[in-house]
Amino acid sequence: MFAKKLHWKSLPLPVAGLASLIIAFLFLAFLLIHIFSEGAGGLSWSFFINFASRFPTKAGIYSALMGSLWLLALTALISIPVGIFSALYLEEIAAKNAFTNFIRGNIANLAGVPSIVYGLLGLALFVRILGFGSSLIAGACTLSLLILPVIIMASIESLRAVPRKLREAAFGVGASPMQVLFEHTLSQAIPGMITGVILALSRSLGETAPLITVGALAFAAFLPESMTDQFTSLSIQIFNWASRPQMEFQELAATAIIVILSITFMMNFVAMLLRWKLSSRKATS
Amino acid sequence: MGLTKLNLKAASAEGSSIGDPSLTSVDSHGVAAVHAYPQVSLARSWNSPSGNFVEQSLQYFLFACALSSVLTTFGIVFILLKEMSGFFSVVSVWEFFTGTQWFPLLSPARFGVLPLVSGTLMIALGSCLIAVPIGLLIAIFLSEYCPRGFRVILKSALELLAGIPTVVYGYLALTFVTPQLAKIFPQIEVFNALSACIVVGIMIIPTIASVTEDAIHSVPGYLRDAGYGLGMRRYQIVSSIVFPAAISGFVASIILGLSRAIGETMAVTLAAGASPKLTFNFFESIQTMTAFIVQVSQGDTPAGTIEYQSIFVVGFCLFIMTLGTNLIAQFVVRRIHHRI
Repeated sequence: MFAKKLHWKSLPLPVAGLASLIIAFLFLAFLLIHIFSEGAGGLSWSFFINFASRFPTKAGIYSALMGSLWLLALTALISIPVGIFSALYLEEIAAKNAFTNFIRGNIANLAGVPSIVYGLLGLALFVRILGFGSSLIAGACTLSLLILPVIIMASIESLRAVPRKLREAAFGVGASPMQVLFEHTLSQAIPGMITGVILALSRSLGETAPLITVGALAFAAFLPESMTDQFTSLSIQIFNWASRPQMEFQELAATAIIVILSITFMMNFVAMLLRWKLSSRKATS
Repeated sequence: MGLTKLNLKAASAEGSSIGDPSLTSVDSHGVAAVHAYPQVSLARSWNSPSGNFVEQSLQYFLFACALSSVLTTFGIVFILLKEMSGFFSVVSVWEFFTGTQWFPLLSPARFGVLPLVSGTLMIALGSCLIAVPIGLLIAIFLSEYCPRGFRVILKSALELLAGIPTVVYGYLALTFVTPQLAKIFPQIEVFNALSACIVVGIMIIPTIASVTEDAIHSVPGYLRDAGYGLGMRRYQIVSSIVFPAAISGFVASIILGLSRAIGETMAVTLAAGASPKLTFNFFESIQTMTAFIVQVSQGDTPAGTIEYQSIFVVGFCLFIMTLGTNLIAQFVVRRIHHRI
C-alpha cells in the first residue's frame, strides 16, 4: 500500500468512532452486569414453578412464562402462514400494478406504526367488536398484526434472492405454476424466511405495551388452559414488578429479565447462525 | 432486526439498467429503500387459461392473505376515527389542541394535549441528541475504518441492543441510570425525563447506525477513488466526499430514530413517570402520549367513557406523527436513489 506519514488530523475520526462503539457496548455490558448482580440470586427452580405472589420470597413466573409460551405459539400459528403467503402473492403472483404497489408501500408504513397503536386496534377490534375479551387469542392476534409487516418484508427479501433462472428452468421442464411456486421457489427461500420469522417472534416475546392495552392481567395465579382464557406474560410481569417501589420486587424483576433476555438472545443467536450459514453457502455456490 | 438489509448498491445497479425503480420497502428498522423489477414478470403464467381450479383458488387465497395488511391499516384508521368522533362531540377541538392542562381522570377533566405532546417531543429530541452523534460515528467507523471480519460481528452485536425488550430498558433506567444521575444531579426526581432520554437514545443507536451505514455503503467506489487520486487523506475523503454523498441516508436515519422514539412506550412509562406537565426541565417527571395510553389501559376503563375515547384520540395523534415522520424518511431515501 501507499505508506503515508500519519497526519494528526487523521486520528480524531477513527478514534471517536471506536469510542462511540465502546460506549454502546459498555452500556450493554453494564446492563448485563447490573441485571445479573441484582437478579442472579433469585434464580432457582421454585422461581419457575411458583405463581406470582404478594410475598416476594414466594413469587415466581410460572403463569407468566406459560402465558408467554402460549402467546408465542399462537402468534407463530397465525403470523407465519399469513406472512409467508402474503409475500408469495406480492412477489411471485401479483402483477406489478398500482394496487399491489399500494399494498407494498402500505406494509412499509405499517412497520413504522408504534406497537401501542396496534394495541388500541386490538382493544377495539378483537377485545370489543369481535368479542374475544381480554383473552390469549386477542393478545396473539394483536401481536400477529404487529409482526406481520416484518415477516412479510423478510420473506419478500428471501424470495427475491432466489435466482430467476431456477424458476425459468422449472417452467422450462413443464412444471405448473403451483409446482414452481411451492416446490422450487418457496423451498429455496424458506431458510431465509425462517431467520426473519425467528427475529420477528423474538420481538413479539418482548412486547409489553400492546398486551397491556388488550388487557393482559397484571396478576395471575393460574395457568391459561385454552385460547379464550385470560393471561399474563413475562414482559407484563417484569413491568409489574419493576413499577413497584420495594427492593425485593425490583430484584424479582431482574431475575425475570434474565429469563426473558436468555430466550431473546437465544432466538437472535439462532437467527444469526442461520444467516451466516446462508451467506457462506451463497458465497461458495 | 435488520435482516432484510436492503442493498442500495445492488438496487441502484439493477435500477440503472432498467430505469424503473417501482417499489419502496422498509425493513424492520423502518429503513426505506428502492427496488427494481425485471421487466417481464413470470407472474403472467398464472393467468394463463390452463390454470386449473385448485391453482385459481390458491391464487385468491394468497391474495386474501396479502390483503390483510391493507385491512389492518383501514382497521387502525377506522377505529381511531370512530372513537375520536365520540370524543370530539364532548371536548372541543380547540381546547384539545391548545389546552395546556391534561387531567382526564380528575373532575372537572381537562383535555389539553400539549403537555403530552411536549413530553413526547422532549424524549424524542433528547434521545436523538444522544443517539445521532454516536450512531453516525459508529456508522463511519464500521464502514470506513473497521476490518472486514470484525464488521459483521460488531454489526450483529449492535443488533442485540435493538433486540432487547423495551421494558428491560425501562427497568434499567429506573434502577441503574437514575441512581447514577442522582449522584451528579442531586435535584433529580425519581421519575425523570433525562434517564428516559438516555435509554431511548441507546435503544435507537442501532437504527441510526445501520441506516447511515447502508447509505455510506452505497456511495460509489469511484468517488472515493477520485479523492485518492487527488491525494486526499482518508479523513478528508470521509468528511468531504463520503459523508456529503450519504447525507440523505443520514437525515433519513435521524427521522426514523425520531419516529421510533416518539412511539417508544415501556421505557418512558417506567422511567419518565406519569405527570403530564408543560415543562422543558429534564430533571422532572413528565408524561408522554404513549405513557398516558398505558396508564389508562392499566385500569379497567369501560368502553364509551370519555377516558376510553381519550386514549384513542391520543393514539391517533401518535399515529399521525409517526406516519408523517416515516413518510418523510422514505421520501428522503428515495431522493438519494435518484441522485446516485
